[in-house]
Amino acid sequence: MDYSTLLQILDSTLRLATPLLLASLSGLFSERSGIFDIGLEGKMLAAAMASGAVAFLSGSVWLGLLAGIGASLVFAAIHGVASITFRGNQLISGVALNFLAAGMTVLVAQRLFSQGGRTPPISGEARFNPVTLPFAEALRDVPILGPLYYEVISGHSLLVYAAIALVPLSWWVLNRTRFGLRLRAVGENPAAVDTAGVSVVGLRFAAVAITGVLCGLAGAYMATALQAGFGKDMTAGRGYIALAALIFAKWRPVAVLWACLLFGFFQALALRPDVVEAVIQVKVPVPFLDALPYLLTVLVLAGFVGKAIPPRAGGEPYVKER
Amino acid sequence: MAENTLAIELKGISKAFGPVQANKDINIAVPKGTIHGIIGENGAGKSTLMSILYGFYRADAGQIFVGGRLTAIPDSQSAIRAGIGMVFQHFKLVQNFTVLENVILGAEDGPLLNTSLSKARKVLEGLSRDYELDVDPDALIEDLSVGHLQRVEILKALYRQADILILDEPTGVLTPDEADHLFRILKGLKDQGKTVILITHKLREIMEATDNVSVMRRGTMVATVKTAETSPERLAELMVGRKVLLEVEKKPATPGKVVLKVDDLRVRDEHKVERLKGVSFEIRAGEILGIAGVAGNGQSELLAALGGMMRATGKVTLQGTDLPLSGKGSDGQSRRRAGIAHVPEDRHHYGLILDFSAWENVAFGYFNEPEYQKNALFMDNDALRDDTRRKMEKYDVRPPDCWLPAKSFSGGNQQKIVVAREMEQNPELLLIGQPTRGVDIGAIEFIHKQIIALRDQGKAILLVSVELDEIMSMSDRIAVMFDGRLMGFRDPEETDERELGMMMAGMAGKRSGQGEAA
Amino acid sequence: MDRLPRWADVALVPLVSLILAGIIAALVLLSIGQSPVEAFRVMVDGALGSAYGWGYTLYYTTSFIFTGLAVTIAFHAGLFNIGGEGQAQLGGLGVALVALSLDWPHWTLALTAATVGAAVFGAVWAGIPAYLQAKRGSHIVITTIMFNYIAAALLVYLLVDVLRPAGQMDPASPRFPEGAKLPALNDIPVINLIFQKAVPANVTLFIALAMAVVVWAILWRTRLGYQIRAFGKSEPAARYAGINPVFIIMVSMLLSGGLAGMMSINNVMGEAERLLQNSSEGAGFIGIAVALMGRNHPIGVVLAALLFGFLYQGGAELGLWTSIPIEMRIVVQGLVILFTGALDVMVRMLLTRAFGLLRSQKLGAA
Repeated sequence: MDYSTLLQILDSTLRLATPLLLASLSGLFSERSGIFDIGLEGKMLAAAMASGAVAFLSGSVWLGLLAGIGASLVFAAIHGVASITFRGNQLISGVALNFLAAGMTVLVAQRLFSQGGRTPPISGEARFNPVTLPFAEALRDVPILGPLYYEVISGHSLLVYAAIALVPLSWWVLNRTRFGLRLRAVGENPAAVDTAGVSVVGLRFAAVAITGVLCGLAGAYMATALQAGFGKDMTAGRGYIALAALIFAKWRPVAVLWACLLFGFFQALALRPDVVEAVIQVKVPVPFLDALPYLLTVLVLAGFVGKAIPPRAGGEPYVKER
Repeated sequence: MAENTLAIELKGISKAFGPVQANKDINIAVPKGTIHGIIGENGAGKSTLMSILYGFYRADAGQIFVGGRLTAIPDSQSAIRAGIGMVFQHFKLVQNFTVLENVILGAEDGPLLNTSLSKARKVLEGLSRDYELDVDPDALIEDLSVGHLQRVEILKALYRQADILILDEPTGVLTPDEADHLFRILKGLKDQGKTVILITHKLREIMEATDNVSVMRRGTMVATVKTAETSPERLAELMVGRKVLLEVEKKPATPGKVVLKVDDLRVRDEHKVERLKGVSFEIRAGEILGIAGVAGNGQSELLAALGGMMRATGKVTLQGTDLPLSGKGSDGQSRRRAGIAHVPEDRHHYGLILDFSAWENVAFGYFNEPEYQKNALFMDNDALRDDTRRKMEKYDVRPPDCWLPAKSFSGGNQQKIVVAREMEQNPELLLIGQPTRGVDIGAIEFIHKQIIALRDQGKAILLVSVELDEIMSMSDRIAVMFDGRLMGFRDPEETDERELGMMMAGMAGKRSGQGEAA
Repeated sequence: MDRLPRWADVALVPLVSLILAGIIAALVLLSIGQSPVEAFRVMVDGALGSAYGWGYTLYYTTSFIFTGLAVTIAFHAGLFNIGGEGQAQLGGLGVALVALSLDWPHWTLALTAATVGAAVFGAVWAGIPAYLQAKRGSHIVITTIMFNYIAAALLVYLLVDVLRPAGQMDPASPRFPEGAKLPALNDIPVINLIFQKAVPANVTLFIALAMAVVVWAILWRTRLGYQIRAFGKSEPAARYAGINPVFIIMVSMLLSGGLAGMMSINNVMGEAERLLQNSSEGAGFIGIAVALMGRNHPIGVVLAALLFGFLYQGGAELGLWTSIPIEMRIVVQGLVILFTGALDVMVRMLLTRAFGLLRSQKLGAA
């Protein structure tokens, strides 16, 4: 494999890792507050449809982005009401919302555009277009690093850079702010937060809302940056891969970045079976490459690659004890 | 007493949980700068009352006056603002946070942590100087001992500038020595003009530490008296509503041959920490061996290892046969087959399936018994229900309805179901942990009599309890456990609470190895 | 809080949940400019209005009974098996391998062997996550989700590269031999007096109903079921009682996966008569809704499966006769799971309050 192929693969790694990263960071906030969320998939899907549709209708990708965040927030709110207010089963709520999103997105898109549940292709101002970073052109001819900077680092949409910037930001919020302290506390021992005079319900809703916003970004990226428009079931399990990455990263922001880049790399490889074959000299079936993130996650869950210990109060509704 | 000298006054407080009336029209006045005891049996409503005062629950009716002013306390935030701090029985600390982080949680100065943390560090230094409350501010909670955890809780309250400090059963997990330290801290707080409310069911603590005492019984306030003007006997009578028989009637034991022999038993918990560090003892037929000790010193692990719930190393023989301590044959089923019955310490977590009906619970652990099988495939639920009805009648379980789910019975009746199930299996050895925790007085007497009766049938009994009175009145021999080891054996006739208390704190050396065996 | 009467808890709670889901579904239809009344009429007409419609409804019902029972038995062990879909697809592989293995002399033999094949393949696919949960503490919800995707990838590979006959375009196995053809309801004497046209519902329906009885008997009449239920209620208590957690997790998940796999006799052997890509068509997921709606009791599961059978056949009719997309079915499925599974506390609270009101009114009148 030559250097330019490698750069191509790294470039698509970054593109494909971005929705995973946004969704995974979104899940981080919810789960660190003690609310499990397997509904990342549904929220992404809803956001993708809403952003694709609004971006097409308004011609503005920013309005599309807002709509995506809005749609994702609605689903987050339902999850919050079910699992925080009514102390329902968080896993079941997540499953329900994934189905609801899978059906509703097609229904609404079909109603709006009558194109078999997809939005029409979007372009121009209705999409997030690649941004060329400063000096990318100028440095292009510097050996090794020049092409790396030009091909891999530069030339992505704004959301890619936003996603990466969110990693240190999330770390800072969690570890250096009052909100972060309380959020981590409520995921470990909600009774401690409650008796300290802080609202458990309020904190958890705040966390779920952050999840909604970030998942909205992830979905909007799918429809307005990675692809040009919404298509039926376009997230194709990315919400679950993001969840897997979150577990892989043991619920820590910086590790989430590495996990998502790794899974993004697998997805990039699945797009280039020819390269894989050339490198390892064996024909690898594409389905195997598709299944690789899932297989790896199973190995992680099985503790063969480090043990994942979730937040102590995760998945348990908070009830004041008698 | 003038109005403004009262720190707290409660008028007409009532609170119900569903059909259970936890507090009924409670009135109480606590003068400023005093230590005020609230005493009552388990379930008398003490903790509920204090949780209302701390805004953890809302009262259905009644008024709260703080410093003479009518104060609404709808949540803990309001209680903290009113200068009330609370140390719960189960600490409310975040395990993987440092002491400092726990102290500032909810009382941060501003949205960023750095300033809060450095301020808290200074305040903490001052507080630990003034009140003997020394803890390392950077230690992780999961690494601290219970005594230290309690200090963190007190620091949390003081950091929030509490003038009124409520402590709910603070000594349940402390050694007598740690408890003394706590009472010194409380005296210091009182000398600084703070008010302390001490909830406990231990008469001794009330007599030693408080200025005034209020007695609660079944959700009502029975009396408030000056501690100096009352006696433990009088308080006990008020608590229970009648004269208490603190002595258990029993004949002297006539021990037979050795039933259980335990040699160098060791248990590690899931974090690989050694909880049981080489324990050896024997129990003979017709003998009750009581294990005294502060909770968390390895008693639970001892019961778990013998009952087949935890893997262990060492050597255990039951009537001359070795019991496997790990792997095949070390599970609860094998133990039951070998003739060991087990009334666990925590019936809600272990002893019962709360959603199962009484009859299903009677088969719990004994679902393989031939008498409950119809044929090779199916269970004989009719036979099981008949058996349950018989046991419920014999043990006076109320209501005697075998279809009722276990969660619908009172604590005492739940315990009777467990005790009936285990004792009626006619075991050679009975393991029984905290037999009367959360059980009403009537049921306590009943259960104690059953244990004695089983002993008199020539069975061996291992009794674990954190209630020293229970250990002293029931046991034929007493062993004291501390930090995963047995500190020594004593004859109940020849020891007293002081000596046992010292041993429970790990202070006394071995006087004799094996009780009468030595 | 006052308690609900038992009958209300058993019957009224799921009914009210269903009505709430129905109201939201109606609102969804209104919002996309469709008439809920008209849609409901088309569904009833198409699914229940004729023996032909019933033939389809019962066909779907059959699959849903299997997957609903699969989720139910795992639920009782405290395990949430979201992997029914993957297990059903693997079950389909088992059916195909058995059916294609020889020229079957009679369908009864083929059915027996295929049932075993389906159950074994489904059980193995559930067994791996079960083993990882039991031995390594891997969260079974996440692993079974992962195994759904792995199953899908595996089947794509097998159908494209291994099982597909030379010269065939679509990724599918060869047709099953004639001897492996199961009698449809219209082929069975007496019953064919009702079902005169060819319908997909087949003898597998009776196996499904028998399985409902078997699951009931296992759960409430055997020591195994007793242990499964006790373990599901409280793991620490189960350890106290000497119930082997590894054994219970393995057995309940093997049974669960086996049942999910068995649904493939219905669609792969009874209907398609060859193995197609995505053969289970989401029936594994519907099992979750069916189990929740049926309150994890085999009788409830059969009734809920019938309801979802109606919904699926009716939904297909909607796609055929109206401009409502067939995805409406998934919306309703999501709503039912939401209301019966995640918002049951809300429904219960509503009902308890209603009962309280009713009681106080009665007192007032008296």
